[in-house]
Amino acid sequence: MEWSAAGIVLSAVPYGEGDALATVFTEDHGVYRGLAKGGLSRARAGVWQAGNLVELRWVARLPDQLGSFSGELVHPSAALAMHDPLRLAVLSSACAVAEGALPEREPQTRVFAGLLHLIVHLGDGLSGVAPLAAWELGLLAELGYGLDLSACAVTGGRDGLAYVSPKSGRAVSEAGAGEWRDRLLRLPPFLHGGEAAPEPEDLLHGLRLTGHFLARNVFGVRHSPVPAARTMLADRIAVSAAASQGR
Amino acid sequence: MGGPELDTLIQLFSRLPGLGQRSARRVVLKLLQAPEARMLPLANALAAAARAVRTCEQCGNLDSQSPCSICSDPERDRSMVCVVETVGDLWALERARIYQGLYHVLGGTLSALSGTGPDDLNLPPLLTRIETSNVGEVILALSATVDGAATAHWLADRLAPSRVRITRVAQGVPVGGALDVLDDGTLATALRARR
Repeated sequence: MEWSAAGIVLSAVPYGEGDALATVFTEDHGVYRGLAKGGLSRARAGVWQAGNLVELRWVARLPDQLGSFSGELVHPSAALAMHDPLRLAVLSSACAVAEGALPEREPQTRVFAGLLHLIVHLGDGLSGVAPLAAWELGLLAELGYGLDLSACAVTGGRDGLAYVSPKSGRAVSEAGAGEWRDRLLRLPPFLHGGEAAPEPEDLLHGLRLTGHFLARNVFGVRHSPVPAARTMLADRIAVSAAASQGR
Repeated sequence: MGGPELDTLIQLFSRLPGLGQRSARRVVLKLLQAPEARMLPLANALAAAARAVRTCEQCGNLDSQSPCSICSDPERDRSMVCVVETVGDLWALERARIYQGLYHVLGGTLSALSGTGPDDLNLPPLLTRIETSNVGEVILALSATVDGAATAHWLADRLAPSRVRITRVAQGVPVGGALDVLDDGTLATALRARR
């Protein structure tokens, strides 16, 4: 059994002295695990960094076996992100969420395309946060927990959508929010067609919105917490939002 | 194979880094060729090290005294602290003889996968040292991995209020390395850090 494909390294855990247990995400094979022999060696460790796009070859005697990976670096996303804390946090968060949320060995073409676009076009600073939140929104939809942002759940109107019900996942307009306003999640404009550059506060609301549904519908049902990398990113954005409000 | 003593010895050696069953057998055979000259001195040295070596309460280094010989050396530059992941990294820098400041061994990096959080790192002695002594610069010499970089950024944030100068070791082309064999990530990092 073997296949070759381009894939994104989601994680690589040390295994033994020089090997790594790698988790990758490919378009046609979904999330796959395998042993990367020599993955911790001086020559190969750079390849098996989370976020890197790698040309992979997976080989096993039987399809159900763990198998082993060999890989050649195609796009060094990890090295390109290391100098910038926010860029690195976005990359780590996306990889950790993909690894924790997606089922193994099931193709997720649209999620893969979104993640590939995210990591290849990832910019410095806050610029990667809005694409990440949009990708998480798409991930929720692909997993069957998509939010309904087409019309207000109360009034039925399509304009002025400003909130999302944390229970139903349906959009609520400013007019329809009424006395429940404080209990609803804010829907930042950049997540439903707004073209203006999002402020740090909008980005924080976007991450809180997708984070709520990821925690409840994806990680909660498995009794596992939201990945630490995702939480650390939200904390960083909260600091940026507080700083921008203080200005 | 040759009695429980030999089996136990081979088992113990085979658990060491770089040794498997086969190489452990070779080590034991070599030791047994000259028990008086090789085996007993090794046993005595192991016992002495196990009794004497401890972790330095100030920097996390391993030494037979605490504070360790580096922390208690008056010739060392006390205005600089180099933060490393492991004692092995400290030894590597000492071997190069290019750094005369103090060290701090963090004991690992933040890692969501292995479950290493901020509380698992040896950070309090570093914060205390920065508060109580005249440290002017903290050099972050952590590995060039995603976990190492994330830890460096986190540490830089934690140390920012103390107003010490925070620097990182450079990353890029190794001495003797040809550009055409370097991976794209190293090349990108080297170009970004050009001067």
